[in-house]
Amino acid sequence: MIRFRIIKRKPLPGWAKIVIPIAAILATLILAAIPILLAGGHLWKSYYYLFHGALGTRYNLLETFVKASPLLLTGLAVAFAFRAKFWNIGAEGQLLAGALAATVLGVNMGSIPPVLVLPVVIVGGFFAGGLWASIPALLKTKLKVDDVVSTLLLNYVMIHIMGALLFGPLQQPGSSWPRSSAIVEAACYPILMPRSRFHLGIIISFVAMLIIWFINKKTTFGYQAKAVGTNIRAAHFGGINTTSVILWTALISGGLAGLAGVGELCALQYRLIMDISPGYGYSGIVIAMLGNLHPVGVLFSSLFFSVIIVGAQTMSRMTGVPTYIAEVIQGMALMVMLIFLLFTEYKIKVQRK
Amino acid sequence: MGKNDQPVVSMSGITKRFLDVTANRDVSFQLHSGEICALLGENGAGKTTLMNILFGYYACDAGEIFIKGEKVNLSAPKDAISRGVGMIHQHFALVASQTVLENIVVGTASRKGIFLDLASARQALVRLQERFGLQIDPDARVWTLSVGEQQKVEILKALYRDVDILIMDEPTAVLAPAETSDLFNTLRSLVQEGRSVVFISHKLNEVMDISDRIVVLRAGEVVAERKTSETSARELANLMVGRELLESIEKTERAPGDPVLNIKKLNVLNDKKLAAIADLNLTVRQNEILGMAGISGNGQTELSEVLFGMRSPSQGVIEINERSLKLGNPAASIQSQMGRIPEDRIGTGLLMDLSVEENFILENHASAAFQAYGLMKSQKIHNFSDRLIKAYNIKTAGRDAITKSLSGGNLQKVMLARALAGEPSLIVASQPTRGLDVGAMEYIHQRLVEERQRGAGILLISDDLDEIFALSDRIVVLYEGKIMGEAPGATASREQIGLWMSGVMA
Repeated sequence: MIRFRIIKRKPLPGWAKIVIPIAAILATLILAAIPILLAGGHLWKSYYYLFHGALGTRYNLLETFVKASPLLLTGLAVAFAFRAKFWNIGAEGQLLAGALAATVLGVNMGSIPPVLVLPVVIVGGFFAGGLWASIPALLKTKLKVDDVVSTLLLNYVMIHIMGALLFGPLQQPGSSWPRSSAIVEAACYPILMPRSRFHLGIIISFVAMLIIWFINKKTTFGYQAKAVGTNIRAAHFGGINTTSVILWTALISGGLAGLAGVGELCALQYRLIMDISPGYGYSGIVIAMLGNLHPVGVLFSSLFFSVIIVGAQTMSRMTGVPTYIAEVIQGMALMVMLIFLLFTEYKIKVQRK
Repeated sequence: MGKNDQPVVSMSGITKRFLDVTANRDVSFQLHSGEICALLGENGAGKTTLMNILFGYYACDAGEIFIKGEKVNLSAPKDAISRGVGMIHQHFALVASQTVLENIVVGTASRKGIFLDLASARQALVRLQERFGLQIDPDARVWTLSVGEQQKVEILKALYRDVDILIMDEPTAVLAPAETSDLFNTLRSLVQEGRSVVFISHKLNEVMDISDRIVVLRAGEVVAERKTSETSARELANLMVGRELLESIEKTERAPGDPVLNIKKLNVLNDKKLAAIADLNLTVRQNEILGMAGISGNGQTELSEVLFGMRSPSQGVIEINERSLKLGNPAASIQSQMGRIPEDRIGTGLLMDLSVEENFILENHASAAFQAYGLMKSQKIHNFSDRLIKAYNIKTAGRDAITKSLSGGNLQKVMLARALAGEPSLIVASQPTRGLDVGAMEYIHQRLVEERQRGAGILLISDDLDEIFALSDRIVVLYEGKIMGEAPGATASREQIGLWMSGVMA
C-alpha cells in the first residue's frame, strides 16, 4: 500500500518568495482555461482579449490603474493588519466608513478655503476608517473578542448605518433614491491625465504603498508589529507593548481602507451611493494573501486583479465568455496561492508499506 | 505480589525513539493482577512514553506486548481499551460544557436506536459510584467541578468501560492533600477487586505510601525494581537520580559580593489560581551561582515568569541591585539589567520565523543604541549581530538566516548572546540546557561560569541535578513553591538534595 504523508520541509531560500507568486499566477491562468473552454470561449482569443482589453490601449491601461487604486489600498490595509496577526476581515466596512466621512465633510465644506478642503476630506476619511477598525482592535486587546468575527460583522453594521443615513439625514433633498448630495468641487480628486479617469487617488495609493514598505522595513514600529505577528508571547517577553502595537496597526490598516473609500467617492462617484464598493474590502484579503503580505507583492497582485477585472469586460464583448470569469480567476488565484504557500512549508512524502 | 503467576501485562524489549532522542531503550515491564505498581523516575525518564505505548497511543519501534497472556498489536487507544487497559493523562479528556453522565457515556454503545440510553447508563454509573465510593452528581456540568472531582469522573469513565488495568499519569500533581488521600483509597479499593494500577510519579513519599512494587526508570531504561516493603525513600532517591560522571568545570574561589537579587515574601498564583510560590525569600549575590533544584512543576516556571515580568505576583517585593523592580512589566525587567534566559526557547524566548538578527535585538530594539526617532539604525544592528555570531560561535548561514533553521544548541546560544550582551549584573537562567547535546551544554555552562567570574550573580533554575551540582556555589531546593532546604554547592550530598526534591524533610 502506498501512503502519502505531509511532512515539514526545510525553510526555502529567499528567491522562493518571488518565484512562488509568479508560478501561482501562471498556474491560475492554466487552470482558468477549463472554465473558459466550458463557457464556449476560444482559449487563445479569450486570453488575447483579456490582456489586450486591460493593457492594449492608452485608455484601458489607465482604467486598469483606476481599478487598481482601491484594490491596492484595501490590499495594503489587510496585509498590514495580517502581518501583526490582527485578522482584519473588515476592510469593506472601513472603506465605507471612509467614504461616509468624506461625504459628510465633502458636502458641507463650502465655507472653508478650497485648498484645505481636499486635505481635510482625505484625513477625515483616513481617521474614520481607522477608528472603525480600532473598535475590533479594542475588543480584541481588552476583552479577547475574536477579531475575525468582529471585523467581519462590523462590515454589516457599517452597511446598515450607511443605509440609514442615505435614507435619512444624508439623502439628497428631493431624491427618492438612497444617495447623498454631490460633494463640493474642491473636494473632488483632480484628474491628472487628459481624456482619462487617472486621478490623484492613484498617486495616493502608490505613495501609501511606499510608506507602508518604509514602516515595515525601517521603523521600530514595523519591527514590533512583525514580532507581535510572529509570536505575541515572545514580543511581550521582549518588552513590546503588544496592546499598543495592535491598536496602531488597526488604526493604520483601517485608515488605508478608508482612503480607498475616499478615492471611490471623490474621484469616481462624487456622491455616496449604496454600491460605492463592489466588495473591494473583500478583494483586499485575497490580494494581500496573493502578495504574500508584502507591500510590493500587494502592488503586483492588485495590478493583476485589475487587469483581470478590466480585461474581462473586453473578453466578454469579443468572445461571449461572461464577465463572471473574472471572479472565477480571482478565486482560483487565491486557492492556488494558498496551496503553493502550503508547499513552501510542507512536502508530500510517499511511503510504500 | 500477584495473586497468580501470569502477569496481566508483560512488555519486553520495548524501544521507542523520537527523532534523535531515545525515550525507551529495551525496557521490560510486568504488571500483575491486584497490585499497584509505581513507575518512578525524573522528568524525561521515559515513564509516560512507556505507558502511552501500552495504551496504544504510540507505536513502539521494537518490542513485544502481552495483555492477559495474549500478544497484542495496538494501533490506537481503542485497541487497548477493548482489552481492559485505560489511561488517565495529566490533562483530562473531558468536555467541560457537558454533564458528568454525558462525559462518561460518550463513545460507548449505550443507546437505543439513534438515541442515547441515558437512563440505564445512569443506573450503571450509580452502581459503580456506590461500589468505589466515588461520589459525584451525575448531572453536574464538568466545568463546575474541582480538579479532584474531574479526576474522579475520569476514573469512573474508565471503570464504565470495564477497564481492569488502570494507568494514572502523575495523578497527584494536580490534587490537594485531602484529595490525594481520597484518590489513594479509591485505588486501594480497585486493586482489592483484582484490578491492577500503574501509578506514574516522581514523588517518593506517595510512591512509598501507595504502591506494592516500584520500577525505577532513568534515561529511558529500567535501572531497578523493588518491592515497596523492601526499599526506602533514600535508596529510591539514589536510584532515580543516579550517579553519573560529572563534567569538571574550573571554578576559582570567589567571595560573594553585594546582593544583586533580593526576593522578599513572594507569593505567586499559577494559571489555575492555586499557590505556585508561597512566601519565598531568596538572595543572589555578586560572584555567585545559586542553583535552584527541584522537579519541574514546583513553581520554577512561575518564579521565572515573575522575574521576567511575564506574570504578576499576588504579593511580595523583588529588588535588583537594591532597587525595587516594577512587577508584571517585561520592559522594566529588561531595564533592570537582568540577563533573561527563559525555559521555553521556542514559545517565549525566540521569534522562530524571524531572522537571527531580529532575535538579537528583541529586548533592546527600542534602546538609543539601535534606533533614533523610531527609525532602526540598521548598520549598528548589523555590526552588533555579526559581533555576537562571532563571539558565541553561532552556527548559522548569517544574521539574516531564519531562526528556525538553527539547531537547538545554537538557538540557545542566540538567547545566551542576547542575554549577556549588556553585561548584566543579574542573570536568571531557567533550564538553560534542557534538551541540548553535551557539547552545547558544556559551552553554556562555561559561559555562565565566566559570567560569575566577571562578577554577575546568577540564579540557575534547573531540574537537572548534574547541572546544579556542576555549577552552583549554593543550592536551594524548591518543592511546592517553597524552599525545602539550602546547602553549599561544594559539600551538598546528592542524596539529601534528592530527598528534598521529593518533598521528604530529613
